[in-house]
Amino acid sequence: LRKNVEDFTGPRERSDLGFVTFDITADILNGKNGLRIIFDWNVKQLFLYLSAEYSTKNNALNQVVLWDKIMLRGDNPRLFLKDMKSKYFFFDDGNGLKGNRNVTLTLSWNVVPNAGILPLVTGSGHVSVPFPDTYETTKSY
Amino acid sequence: GPSPRSAMDLFGDLRRMNKRQLYYQVLNFAMIVSSALMIWKGLIVVTGSESPIVVVLSGSMEPAFHRGDLLFLTNFHDDPIRAGEIVVFKVEGRDIPIVHRVIKIHEKENGNIKFLTKGDNNEVDDRGLYKEGQNWLEKKDVVGRARGFLPYVGMVTIIMNDYPKFKYALLAVMGAYVLLKRES
Repeated sequence: LRKNVEDFTGPRERSDLGFVTFDITADILNGKNGLRIIFDWNVKQLFLYLSAEYSTKNNALNQVVLWDKIMLRGDNPRLFLKDMKSKYFFFDDGNGLKGNRNVTLTLSWNVVPNAGILPLVTGSGHVSVPFPDTYETTKSY
Repeated sequence: GPSPRSAMDLFGDLRRMNKRQLYYQVLNFAMIVSSALMIWKGLIVVTGSESPIVVVLSGSMEPAFHRGDLLFLTNFHDDPIRAGEIVVFKVEGRDIPIVHRVIKIHEKENGNIKFLTKGDNNEVDDRGLYKEGQNWLEKKDVVGRARGFLPYVGMVTIIMNDYPKFKYALLAVMGAYVLLKRES
């Protein structure tokens, strides 16, 4: 599993807005590092999501889902996504993104069975995304 | 020898026996209802959720959950709320439980958490569903976290809600069965 990211923040009066682009390469069936999942008869779908986790002065823990995808049994189990932009606005609760060196992106998934337990699994690969110290005013997204 | 009993005496005996049997059947029925209530209360205690089993009412979490699916919830106080979890919550002032996914959390050091939810099948997050002026949910709004699920089983509840005549017919049939059942 590999993620490459490029990011910057734009000024908003009260909350920082983060812009992240990323690549995701994942092989759900045959990955190492705990990504191996068998789409057996009792797995209806996987709900995959990329979340950013970080700490700020305002809040000890923040998690924001940037992107998600539903993978049904029968879909191609390999993800090869390049230059993805986040699906949802990456607003912080405050101004904690500027200069934040410790923003971690993790890919996780929710296994939805045909019937039974609903486990939430966090992928073991994660990528750290340091945000720059200044706001970008000129870059368009 | 013993004198033969009159027809009236026999008839009196029969009427008394039927009344006793009726009381017995009613007590049996009451016991079944009490046991069911006890099991439900027990589930509430064990799971920590005021409503440990809920029926999915809308299609906002498709294709994972459909209307009529049954969800099993827990609501342990020490379970942290994290992005990606499926929670069942109630908007203040409304009775209907909503089953959606947590997409954003901001948690303070003391454990106070505010979070945002969104249905997988919806384009936008749930802010439009919350109370006027409310931008976040809090722990107190959570009925439980979805831990397991069974498809279709909850359809019976939805049918009974939409067609009350069906509910009364079902109750009448159940009541008649229990009261008239003869134990050999």
